[in-house]
Amino acid sequence: MTVTTRPIRSEPTVSPAAPSGLVAPVSGEIGVGRADADATPRRREGPEKLTGAAKYADDLVVPGAWYGATIRSTEAHARLLGIDLDPDFDWSKVVVVTAADIPGENVVSLISDDQPALVSTEIRHHAEPVALIAAPDRATLRGARRRIRLRTEPLPAVFDPLESRQQFAHFELAEGDIDAGFAEADLVIEGTYRVGHQEQLYIENQAMIAIPRDDGGVTVQGSLQCPYYIHKALKRALALSGDQAVVVQTETGGGFGGKEEYPSMIAIHAALLARRCGKPVRMIYERHEDLAATTKRHPAIVRYRSGVTHDGRLVAQDIEVIMDGGAYCTLTPVVLSRGTIHAGGPYRCPNVRIRGRAMATNTPPNGAFRGFGAPQTEFAAEMQANRAAEALGISPLELRRRWVYREGDTTPTGQVLRESVGGEEVLERAAEASGFERVRELTRIGRHARTSRQRTASGIGLALAWHGAGFTGSGEVKLASVASIELTHDGRIRVLSASTEMGQGTKTIFPQLVSQELGVPYEAVEIAVPDTSVVPDSGPTVASRTAMVVGGLLIKAARRLRSLVEDATGRTFADSYREYAASHGGARVDQRFEPYPDVSFDDDTYRGDAYPCYGWAAAVAEVDVDLDTGEVAVRHVVAVDDVGKVIHRVLAEGQVEGGTLQAVGYATIEEIKLQDGRYLNDRLATYLIPTAMDAPHISTILVEKPFSGSPHGAKGVGELPMDVGAPAVVAAIHDAVGVWIHDLPASPERILAALAAKGDARAGTRPA
Amino acid sequence: MTYHLTVNGEPVELAVPGMRRLLDALREDLGLTGTKEGCGEGECGACSVLVDGAVVDSCLVPVCQVDGSTVRTVESLVGPADGRLSPLQEAFLDAGGAQCGICTPGMLMAARAFLDGGGEPTDEAIREAIAGNLCRCTGYTKIIEAIALAAKRER
Repeated sequence: MTVTTRPIRSEPTVSPAAPSGLVAPVSGEIGVGRADADATPRRREGPEKLTGAAKYADDLVVPGAWYGATIRSTEAHARLLGIDLDPDFDWSKVVVVTAADIPGENVVSLISDDQPALVSTEIRHHAEPVALIAAPDRATLRGARRRIRLRTEPLPAVFDPLESRQQFAHFELAEGDIDAGFAEADLVIEGTYRVGHQEQLYIENQAMIAIPRDDGGVTVQGSLQCPYYIHKALKRALALSGDQAVVVQTETGGGFGGKEEYPSMIAIHAALLARRCGKPVRMIYERHEDLAATTKRHPAIVRYRSGVTHDGRLVAQDIEVIMDGGAYCTLTPVVLSRGTIHAGGPYRCPNVRIRGRAMATNTPPNGAFRGFGAPQTEFAAEMQANRAAEALGISPLELRRRWVYREGDTTPTGQVLRESVGGEEVLERAAEASGFERVRELTRIGRHARTSRQRTASGIGLALAWHGAGFTGSGEVKLASVASIELTHDGRIRVLSASTEMGQGTKTIFPQLVSQELGVPYEAVEIAVPDTSVVPDSGPTVASRTAMVVGGLLIKAARRLRSLVEDATGRTFADSYREYAASHGGARVDQRFEPYPDVSFDDDTYRGDAYPCYGWAAAVAEVDVDLDTGEVAVRHVVAVDDVGKVIHRVLAEGQVEGGTLQAVGYATIEEIKLQDGRYLNDRLATYLIPTAMDAPHISTILVEKPFSGSPHGAKGVGELPMDVGAPAVVAAIHDAVGVWIHDLPASPERILAALAAKGDARAGTRPA
Repeated sequence: MTYHLTVNGEPVELAVPGMRRLLDALREDLGLTGTKEGCGEGECGACSVLVDGAVVDSCLVPVCQVDGSTVRTVESLVGPADGRLSPLQEAFLDAGGAQCGICTPGMLMAARAFLDGGGEPTDEAIREAIAGNLCRCTGYTKIIEAIALAAKRER
């Protein structure tokens, strides 16, 4: 089988003002279709997904199941005085659950125990769950829903994080002497950047089905990333033992972080209803509810001062990050932590101060989303780099060549980058593949030669980023996750892990890694469904840690299993494992995470190795800006990502391409407008994501700078492309029209306003 | 009232309210859960099926509107005799056109209609053909490659 993954080339453009310098790398180079059947097996669950046989939560037929719904607040901040059921309605066929009915703690277990499963006294955001109802059929449910009234008393609400007095978390990093740094600077670049909410927009809405168990517990099956988060949340809220709470992942139609923590909420809700009515209960969100109520990417304000010298050295960075956490803590401290650590960008600077705080507002809680705080702050870092290059009169590529981290450099947490530092390489590869300087010269000529009749402007932009691999700080050490391989008594090899498949390829790469290590065919290795009654806690499927951390555990487990069998049989594993299984009744190897050697972090002082290593990403974007409408068409993106080790080229490229388009959406069209703490565009008709017509041609180049701490060298890929897309697009817009858009998204309104403010007749105004 | 349709080559009688969504009739009355619901308002295309050869969002089509029509869903794409994947599905598997898979059935039906239409499978034409089908995983790159590959193989 030959797999062709060569990026489709765009047609060459003829207009000198719209050069197309971005070309795919030549055949045979890393990143281009050079795949063979052994190295890249087909997606394990692909055939089921392609025939419609794959079962997502809403596809499951559960006999006798009732339908559940959530009664939500319609105010941003209020005291809950009562929940009134219309006495004229027949409530005999409906069950209602309120906070008073929660058998355990009324909390969605996560970092801080501030978020209730159901409001008991105080509503803190719009669309907050207040009561639950279930009925045997949808019509009854719909009827009941309309007959419940919340009696409330409004309270003053806070919507602006700058006005909030409630802080979820704060961090401060300092390296060197910030005052001395600015004293040495010849130029100080200042900027304030604002980025807004972004919705994960998995195409499968949140969905969970709870089924009562004979032992008094509950089994939940649903769309989720982290089975053990839900397991813990169910135990606490429903006062269940570990065995009484069982969590099973169904096929999951996308997550992107949106199914990291929110599924705990919906699982508790479904379980409460199932317990109350004694029947299975389906909680399947519709898109409107999903958009209105579930977590989004944290909005942020980043205030930035950079000190540079005339000869182009970066000598000082003073950065303040303010994130809007929404009404409850969720994962905000960890998001802020990553955002703060990454805020300096991938650049060496001797004098740095970064202060980050996350504030509470009366808006729906924000949470995990691919990139996890880093896209917000690295957008600001890249804007500063580009503006510094402009101020110094040097190219943004040349500036980055001077600034980018190299081996031996020290980060703002005092971490010395000892290995796997790919920033320079991804930068050069992106510049080369895109013909960056050549195209930039053409766009410059085009800009100067542009007449008032030309209503489209072309530009090219560059961005560079780093992304800490795996969990921040000592997260991985504290988690101590386990992954296992079982050789069953009847000679089957089975991977047992809690890592979930949500499209990124877990079900394919785990058997691939294990089969390679054991010397058996890919098809010989099975993978168990993530079910907390079967699989160990391998940690959550987040932070691009699955291939790197859990994949690494499985390689080690496979090596141990291989030795075990080969030592006993004296023959190769492949030749003897079935025989060994029959004679020994099978075997199981549990591999627990062990700290990486020489990696240490102090959570109290926030000093040390914030991550065991970093992934590195560069993107070059080419855009056309419509000078009349302000619309941006992103035509081509070259995305270069150092992932340590490519395990499966097609899947890895798929991650880069998908992440790049999410970043393009973040840069251009994805925006949530709020009024009184309520999302105004909470439907798919009004919250827009890029279609195939909006999507650029994406040329992916994968770079491999292996990490010595993982047996295969992988550093993760999922989040990397999310950090660079938006700043590359905004830099390209600047190259096209000469204005900096400081706030994301760079919407037509913002671009037209910036052009009008600039008052550039040629670039910004309509022809007379 | 009873409606008569041909679904995936089989004659089907549906005794349902005329305004029942075709999507629900397929998923719940006929058990064809390959067709997915993503938004329920015709924006995402996850529920795309073919009605008399044309791509429609089955969440927007009431059953009364398809009385007498021929409906094709993702379940019809495999070989009728052997159940093997069709060249289009094989191409998606080879090129990596399916990730989370939730948009895939609708995407495949839009692709099927495009390929059946016999147009030139240029990048632009393929993008236009799937413009009504949202995918959040792939950036569309490998979906477009898969459809182009299928066009080549089917030729």
